[in-house]
Formats: sequence, structure tokens, C-alpha cells
Amino acid sequence: MEYFLQQALNGLQLGLVYALIALGYTMVYGIVRLINFAHGDVFMVGSFLAYYAIERYALPLPAVFGAAVVGCAVLAVVIERVAYRPLRNAPRIASLITAIGVSLFLEYFTALNQLFGPNFRAFPRPFRVVSVQAGGIEFTNLLGIILAVTVVCLLALQHIVYRTRVGRGMRAVSYDHVTAGLMGVNVDAVISFTFGLGAAFAGVGGVLYGIAYPQIHTFMGIMPGLKAFTAAVLGGIGSVPGAVLGALIMGQSETMTAAYLSSTYRDGIAFLILIGVLLWKPTGILGSPRTEKV
Amino acid sequence: MELLTEIVGPYWIQIFQHACIVAVSALGLNVIFGYTGLFSLGHAAFYGVGAYTAALLMKEFAGENGDAGFLVSQSVFLGSLLAGGGAAALMAWLVGLPVLRLTSDYLGVATLGFGVIMKVLFDNADAFLPQLGGARGMTGIPRMTSLPWVVLALTAAVLVVRNVVHSTYGRVLVAIREDEVAAGAMGIDTYRYKAIGFTLGCSFAGVAGGLYAHLYCFLHPSSFDFFKSFDLLMIVVLGGLGSMTGTLVASFGWIFLLEGLRVFLPPEYLEFRWVLIPVLLVVTMLLRPQGLFGVRELPFLRSRV
Repeated sequence: MEYFLQQALNGLQLGLVYALIALGYTMVYGIVRLINFAHGDVFMVGSFLAYYAIERYALPLPAVFGAAVVGCAVLAVVIERVAYRPLRNAPRIASLITAIGVSLFLEYFTALNQLFGPNFRAFPRPFRVVSVQAGGIEFTNLLGIILAVTVVCLLALQHIVYRTRVGRGMRAVSYDHVTAGLMGVNVDAVISFTFGLGAAFAGVGGVLYGIAYPQIHTFMGIMPGLKAFTAAVLGGIGSVPGAVLGALIMGQSETMTAAYLSSTYRDGIAFLILIGVLLWKPTGILGSPRTEKV
Repeated sequence: MELLTEIVGPYWIQIFQHACIVAVSALGLNVIFGYTGLFSLGHAAFYGVGAYTAALLMKEFAGENGDAGFLVSQSVFLGSLLAGGGAAALMAWLVGLPVLRLTSDYLGVATLGFGVIMKVLFDNADAFLPQLGGARGMTGIPRMTSLPWVVLALTAAVLVVRNVVHSTYGRVLVAIREDEVAAGAMGIDTYRYKAIGFTLGCSFAGVAGGLYAHLYCFLHPSSFDFFKSFDLLMIVVLGGLGSMTGTLVASFGWIFLLEGLRVFLPPEYLEFRWVLIPVLLVVTMLLRPQGLFGVRELPFLRSRV
């Protein structure tokens, strides 16, 4: 039982990081219907920015988060401007292909020796990890920090989407971007903001991931990106609570498979759950059904 | 034959064979995505099913060195290729039964998930069939794929796709791509035809996989992961969805570009290969969102009606 609870906590920790990445996927999909495959690599860049902020400049933790958040947001806005905006009225598949292209570019470009380099790097811990034993279960301050940061991010997102002017713009654009434009919403600015906001959360996720699983390399974004994206679909893409729920399920399924079955089957089980859920609810757990019209 | 090898060298012959194989597989994906409009991100998994099936049968029935005599080994090889295609088709049909109820991006995600699951199964395949090698890879596959075989396979694939696309079946597939609801309202059993298109396209991947296995004589699960599915998707979209000519040109262009850069880039810049390719990809897509060929075809691939 203790073993199970311990694994559940590990799964929670992983799921929370996935949730931060999944937010970006779900927001971008909700607003431009694009599977942004480059998002996982933006997350990777966030991790590396944090690495340099700690290792080379020894910045305090809030500044580390700041560097990753700003860096990722700027990167995502540039990507959107260069690779997605010119294709907004083209067939949807075109921007999906450029997304894959941007993803490959980020992975291999940052792997050059002149940039981050192709090697694995040990991520320095910016604080000491302390653990408390209670009832045979180990609680770490790391989990506490990840939980707190994720909750703060979610509250901030909730506030932005439902209580601010730009949030209202986001909801309007995701509903119908042509009409929103006619009503005076600056569609381009809102879409840029959405990419930036999603990437900012990925940056936060990158820092936390680096601290929790302290080994980073330029291809590290692929699998977490894919899992987070799957989580977003699982929960119902376009829905923020759905993305969080999906991410928590992914975290648990992955940890439990590794703990009770075999870590080699980890990825397979996660996707088996995804396909099962899609067959039961084709738009995800919390997704709203979309009607197709002629 | 020897003269040709003499002039261009065995290396480039092998690359040409690889390009033909990729073209066969990509033509299959074009039937699925280009003509039927089914968003599939798991094509490489079917390629892998075909590759492992054919390799297993070949090793089982023709011995490791294919020393059973020329005619016998060649006919066993043909049988293995067809069995590889059949296995991929069967798998596609079984997977398609539930999955093809999904639409657009959800279908893409489900097939992507299927691809990841198959990769995990290939990785652990040695647990139930030691000959498959699992994560260590499968070795000892006889080298059977030759220039005549790949040219034959590609020609057959082009002819089959051309004849299917311009038949009544093809018209139905295109109708489903253009508007599934309207096609259904016209009395078309859309689900059945989607299953036909998906199964046909995947059987191409299976045959191509069999050829691939006997070209490089070594199979590793990482050759069939979702990146390879993305490669095929990029080829099909770059060429132009619903253009056989485009798929052919993009397949050869893609493979020869990859290998060409390996040869022509100075060794100290070799790692720039995968920096240049995505840039080219993005720029091509920005300039020609409809793909290089759009829906245009060479004369002999056009409809005669």
C-alpha cells in the first residue's frame, strides 16, 4: 500500500509537469486548430535556459523562472510569426508540416556545438531536496514546489482567460476568428499572445522538469511533448481542465506501468488508454462534441 | 546491370533502391491521406509489420543465406513480400475497425498512438518470438532485394494506385475526402470505403517493409517509430496530396537529398544536415502550401475520361 501511494505521488509529480506542457498544446489547438509539434522543443529550450541561468550566471530561482518564461514566450511568438501565420489560410496540413519542420530544426540546431551541444547535461539543483517520512511515504519539498507552481500557473491562466480583455479576445477568436476580427478583436495579436502564454507555461514546465529529472539534452522535449499532447487530446483538446486531467492520468499510467509491469511497456500503455478513451468519447473526456456540417 | 553498378557505384544503387521502397510506401499513404483524406500518423508501423513478417518467413523457409536455389528462394521471397503486405493489410483492417470511426485530427492521434504501441511491441518482440530480436534488432536476413525487384514493385504500385484512383472506387474515396457527410448522403457506405482505402494503403507499406528488410538485412524497432511516419507524411504533403507524380518526385528527392548532403557537405559541417533539411522543408511549405505538384499529374497517370 505504501509502495502504491509512493508511486501515486511520483505519478502526480510527473503529471503536473505534463499538465504545464499540455496547456500550450490545448490553448494553441483551441485557437488555431494546429497540433503544434514544436511545443515540446520550446519546453526543451526552457530547460536549457534555466540550466544556463543556474550553472553559468547563478541566478536566484525566481530569475531562473523568469529567464525560461521570457525566452520561451519570445521563441514561440517568433515561430508563430515566421512559420504558421503565413499559412493560416492554407490547408491545415501545411502548417502541421511546418510545425514538424520547426521541431526538427530546434532539435538539431540547438544540438550544434556552437549552441547547447549534443551531450547530456546534469541539471544543477537550485535548492536542496528535503524529504519528510510520514506513514512510510516520502514527501519531498520538490513535489510541494511543483504542485504550488502548477496551481499558481493554472489560477493565473484562469484569471487571464476569464477576467481580462485579451482573455475575452482569446475566447472570441477560438469561437470564430473571422467574426471576432469583424468585431474589432486584433486576431493576430491574440494568436501571438496565445502562443506566447502557452510557451511561458512550457518554460515553467521546463525548469521544473530539469529540477525533478536532472538530466537534459536537446532531444528531451520529444517524448514529454508527445505525452503532454496526448494528455491534451485525452482530456479533450481545447479544454484547459481537460488538459490537466489528461496530464494527471498520463502521469499515473506511466508511473504505475513502470512500477508494476515493466518500464519498457510505459509508452504503450499510455497510448492504449488514449485510444480506448477516444473510442468511448471521440472528443476526449471533457471535450465538447463538435457537429460536422455539410 | 554490372555496367550500371560500375558507373554509379553500389552505394548509389542501394540508395536508389531505398528511394523506390520509400516511394511504394508513400504511394500507400497518399491513397490513405491524399485520396481518402484519412489523417494517418502511424504509417511506419505498418511498414514495420510488413518488414518483420516478410523477414521472419524468409528466414523460416529459405534459410539464412537463401541458398535453397535461385528459383526457390526468389519465389519464397515473392511469397514473403506478399505475406508482409497481407499482414499489414490485416493489421490495418483490424485497427481500422474501431479507429476509422474517429475523424480528422483524432484519427491522426489514434494512429500515432498505434504507431507508438507497435514500436513498444517491436522492442519487446523477443519476449514471445526470439527470432525477431526485440530491441537488439533482427539479424541474419538474406539479402534478396535487388534492382529488378524494387523497380517491379514500384511499377506495380504506381499502376495499382492509378487504376484504383480512376476507378469508381477511387471516385468514392475522393468523394469521402471532399465531404464525408455529403458522400454518406449520396448513399455511400463511407465507413466501408474508408476501411478499403486504409487497408489498401497499408498493404503497400507492408510490401515496402518486406523489401526494406531484405535490402539492409537488419531490422531495428527505431526504423519504424513515429518519426518515420512523419517522414512519409512530409513526403506525401511535399509532393502534393492526391498527386502520384508528386509523391514519386518527393520520395526520390527526399532520399537523395538526405544522402546527397551526407556526401557533399564537408565532414566538419555534417551535423548541419538536419539543420538545413527542416529549413528547406519549412521554406518549401511556405512557398507552396499545396505541395510541389498540387494535384497535377504526368500524362500517363491522368484519368482517361
